[in-house]
Amino acid sequence: MSLDVQIETLRTDLSAAIATAETEQAVEAVRIAALGKKGSVSALLASLGTMPPEARRTAGPAINGLKNEIAAEIEKRAEELRARALEARLIAERVDVTLPVRPAPTAEGRIHPVSQVWDEITAIFSDMGFRIAEGPDIETDYLNFTALNFPEGHPAREMHDTFFMAPGPDGVKKVLRTHTSPVQIRVMQKSKQKPAAPYLTEAMAPPIRVIMPGRTYRHDSDQTHTPMFHQVEGLVIDKSSHIGQLRWVLEEFLKAFFEVESVVTRFRPSFFPFTEPSMEVDVQCDRSGSEIRIGEGADWLEILGCGMVHPNVLRNCGLDPDVYQGFAWGMGIDRLAMLKYGMPDLRAFFDADKRWLDHYGFKPLDLPTLFGGLSS
Amino acid sequence: MKFTLDWLKDHLETKASADEISTALTMIGLEVESVEDQGKALRDFVVAHVVSAEKHPNADKLRVCKVDAGTGELIDVVCGAPNARSGMKGVFAFPGTWIPGSDFTLTKGNIRGQASNGMLCSGRELQLSDDHTGIIELPGDAPVGVPYINYAGIDGVVFDVSITPNRGDAAGVLGIARDLAAFGTGVLKDASVAPVASPGGPSPIPVDLRFGPDEPQACRMFAGRLIRGVKNGPSPDWLQARLRAVGLRPINALVDITNFVSLDRARPLHVFDADKLQGTVHARMGRAGESLLALDGKTYAIDETICVIADDRAALGIAGIIGGEETGCTGETVNVFIECAWFEPNYVATAGRKLGIVSDARYRFERTVDPESVIPGIELAAKLVTEFCGGTVYEPAIAGQVEGAGTIIDFPLGEVRRLTGLRVPRDQAIGALTRLGFAVEGAGDVVQVRAPSWRTDVTQKADLTEEVMRMVGVDKVPVEPLPRLAGVIPRMLTPIQNRRRIARRTLAARGLDEAVTWSFIPEAEAKRFGGGKPELKLANPIAAELTDMRPSLLPGLLGAARRNANRGFADLALFEVGQVFLSAEPDGQRTHASGIRSGTASLDGAGRHWQGGATKVGVFDAKADLSALLDAVGLDIDKVQLIAEPASWSHPGRGGRIQLGPKTIIGWFGELHPALCAEFDLDGPIAAFEVDLDAVPEPRRKPTKAKPALNLSDLMPLSRDFAFVVDRDVPAATILKAARGAEKALITGVDLFDVFEGSHVGEGKKSVAIAVTLQPREKTLTDEEIERISAGIVGAVEKATGGVLRT
Repeated sequence: MSLDVQIETLRTDLSAAIATAETEQAVEAVRIAALGKKGSVSALLASLGTMPPEARRTAGPAINGLKNEIAAEIEKRAEELRARALEARLIAERVDVTLPVRPAPTAEGRIHPVSQVWDEITAIFSDMGFRIAEGPDIETDYLNFTALNFPEGHPAREMHDTFFMAPGPDGVKKVLRTHTSPVQIRVMQKSKQKPAAPYLTEAMAPPIRVIMPGRTYRHDSDQTHTPMFHQVEGLVIDKSSHIGQLRWVLEEFLKAFFEVESVVTRFRPSFFPFTEPSMEVDVQCDRSGSEIRIGEGADWLEILGCGMVHPNVLRNCGLDPDVYQGFAWGMGIDRLAMLKYGMPDLRAFFDADKRWLDHYGFKPLDLPTLFGGLSS
Repeated sequence: MKFTLDWLKDHLETKASADEISTALTMIGLEVESVEDQGKALRDFVVAHVVSAEKHPNADKLRVCKVDAGTGELIDVVCGAPNARSGMKGVFAFPGTWIPGSDFTLTKGNIRGQASNGMLCSGRELQLSDDHTGIIELPGDAPVGVPYINYAGIDGVVFDVSITPNRGDAAGVLGIARDLAAFGTGVLKDASVAPVASPGGPSPIPVDLRFGPDEPQACRMFAGRLIRGVKNGPSPDWLQARLRAVGLRPINALVDITNFVSLDRARPLHVFDADKLQGTVHARMGRAGESLLALDGKTYAIDETICVIADDRAALGIAGIIGGEETGCTGETVNVFIECAWFEPNYVATAGRKLGIVSDARYRFERTVDPESVIPGIELAAKLVTEFCGGTVYEPAIAGQVEGAGTIIDFPLGEVRRLTGLRVPRDQAIGALTRLGFAVEGAGDVVQVRAPSWRTDVTQKADLTEEVMRMVGVDKVPVEPLPRLAGVIPRMLTPIQNRRRIARRTLAARGLDEAVTWSFIPEAEAKRFGGGKPELKLANPIAAELTDMRPSLLPGLLGAARRNANRGFADLALFEVGQVFLSAEPDGQRTHASGIRSGTASLDGAGRHWQGGATKVGVFDAKADLSALLDAVGLDIDKVQLIAEPASWSHPGRGGRIQLGPKTIIGWFGELHPALCAEFDLDGPIAAFEVDLDAVPEPRRKPTKAKPALNLSDLMPLSRDFAFVVDRDVPAATILKAARGAEKALITGVDLFDVFEGSHVGEGKKSVAIAVTLQPREKTLTDEEIERISAGIVGAVEKATGGVLRT
């Protein structure tokens, strides 16, 4: 058989083998059979060495041409097969992307409205330069009442529906604080002592600007009263603060808290033993719908109590009422939450019903800030 | 405090409407709870004449009446009242009228064959009285066809105002009128009472104050006045109508007079049937063992802290609170003894609270009754008694004396501006005070002010400031921004406060819902969690299961878990951050953060899922929550002591404690003890943790906020795995610690990636596999060096655990 015929036969056979190889392994087998050390094309190449030079001059390029051609065909076929295999794998790997994923934990957990509103209030007063002060829930009768100018036997004491603790070893009954106002005394009274516990706030010298949030207790229970609730009080003491500024602070707060352009307030004279003059504040609202809307309408809603700190209270803290003056106010955190977010029943706040928490609670990353908005 | 518009107009000359008066009351601090137009519901009822009343042909107890209601024709009405008769006058309702006492709208009817086109009404049907024995009978001169409310004078608007505890004077219509007049809503009428002549001469019944030298003088002035030969009976219609309008039931003229004076003048009185008294009527402190049957039908035990009115025989009434049943006035009373006294507010308040009696008298006495109202009060009462019941008046018998005139207050007029920011002209300020009854003297900037006897609450400058502001109007106070304090505002939250906030957000981000539960829990639960101290019990709990201040947040959360489970939510992740109480002292209150997971509520999410899951929660869920929480508040759980000693509430083999030292315990985690699950009626397991946030040390203050320099190596870290067979009870922490310590300079991490037990590792043994990461520092490690370090790790672990390298 002439060399030409031999090359042509080999080309035909190998091309056919390559074209019919259906796997990458089959292509590799053809490659080894043709181009491997002992392959048919390699054998032909090796035969060049035994040829006379003239014959080699024509045979050399022909055999090398065959080798390159076959190598290219093999590579092309292998590439085709790889692409086909990938295609098949991708088809095999197809999944149903509509399958539900597990919700992230952050999507499940909720912050209680009391904590959220607490943070909202904190954010607003932080911007007005206030700090937070705290006191204990179990208070002495002196700090809860006497120092706050509640005379012994005064009906105002009775209005507080006080929880008393069992008498201590000394026979004295402590009380569960009926309001956060004893913290006012703790803040104002002159004391160089370090606070007894880490959460307690150190006494301060004027100028004082604090808010005092915390748990409070009254012996009372119905739809809008629970034996435990949350209050926040504010206290400003310096040498010039007056009711005009109190009005400004509260109106600014109410606007910021309810996130409305304007609120109309009505300050009414009232009575609290620890302030003089004392006032209650109503806010104008619309009650015609199913929820109360602050900042519109023509109804009034009582929202907080306030006044100028009573001179007797200042005296009880060692401050001269002819030199120092200031104002205080108090409001219910739970109540503010109910008004803003529309919960109808206070009792549900403390029931830890998962359905209620999921409905009225807040996402953990919904941080109330003034730069990002109090609520989303 | 309720009163009607026409009652107010007894004392106030005004053209103001009910709405205007309501607004004015609110703006001067007499908060209006409600304004009710009582006549509205009755305006369709008219006075009618029963022209004839014949027996119903088909019913014995019914009558067929022909009624003239002023329409010009006679109306047929079937009436069942026994007193329905020809010629009488009554109150008539046309068909279509709503009957308030029966809550239905009248229609034309046919009763046993007789047409009935209206109704003659009883007192109860009009909600004017409880009387339903017959229809209302009106006097013969009542004008037919006139609306009944006009005739009866009950077209009244009724105000209900809430009186603050300092305003005893406003617990009377006169006091309210005075405030309104001072505010400019009308002119106050003269309400002074002329002395009533005493033809009877000196009082045959003496009075006295009998308080020992060691006893409090709970009564300072006591006056009594005898009127003989009275004819007691129903009081006049106008008085009955007024009393009903404000919610009181008319009893008889004598009793109604005391109620009237009390409401009109904030001056409580009492009337005794003089024939039931013996000897001297006096005030004294009660005696142990005494008791009194009061007018409310209840018997009260008296003691030495309670002031009583007594005669020579027994206690007759509780001073300032309630009278006694036995000596009270009845329809048969002929001789009446009027008591008018002044009691110390504190003693009335204390006694009232102790006995649990709420009365109109107590309400006024504890708010302070005008001390100078004793004589005017008894004069007014005597005047009304003689007017309504006749009789012979005797001179008042008086013991003691009380003065109401307050001390003189130096009042710089500038105080108003200083405290309120409001500029009030001198004349306006003085005018307001004067109209309220204050005596103002002085021409300078500081005036001398004496409060009237009925304003004992006004004692200092700030009180006067309030009076002026009240009368000028709080709404006139100009709003003024509060100036910022100089300098940069310091951070608002202390580290402790911030920590609570972070704890909440961290736990919520791990899928737990925040609960807020009661600070008080049942005694049994408190004891179970280490509480129940006597000093932490409430003396007056609101409910039998809310008795003890909580020593832990877990009982509240477990109770919440049970409630949720009962509603069908057994997979629950809850936490609370709040206060617990270890003693009644301020330092006994600590801030804890606590959480529970029940059912399958693990961090991966509760319930079955196609990717797997629905595994029951366990101790490591609790440990993971605790660990994340501590990390968030700045404590690395790997750098504190973890002791395998569980809390008392924990499964004994599945719980641990985190501490900085034996005295600084940070927290606990574990699975709830199965017995405790049963006590709380919960299906276990429940994973729980509790952290004392206050025990986590505050991070040390650093001189600079700059972070330490970041030192990155160019050399690749490498990892080597080791498996050890150790005794089953060897803590994994021991292995990790030993491995970490083997070559501190190079070992940057030790991770435990496999633990198993089984027969092939030996009875009582376990296999623990760890991966140790080595970070070469200056040059690549040679094989020999790696060999040496590996041998060191194996040696250290074997030495620490008594185990062997698994080969």
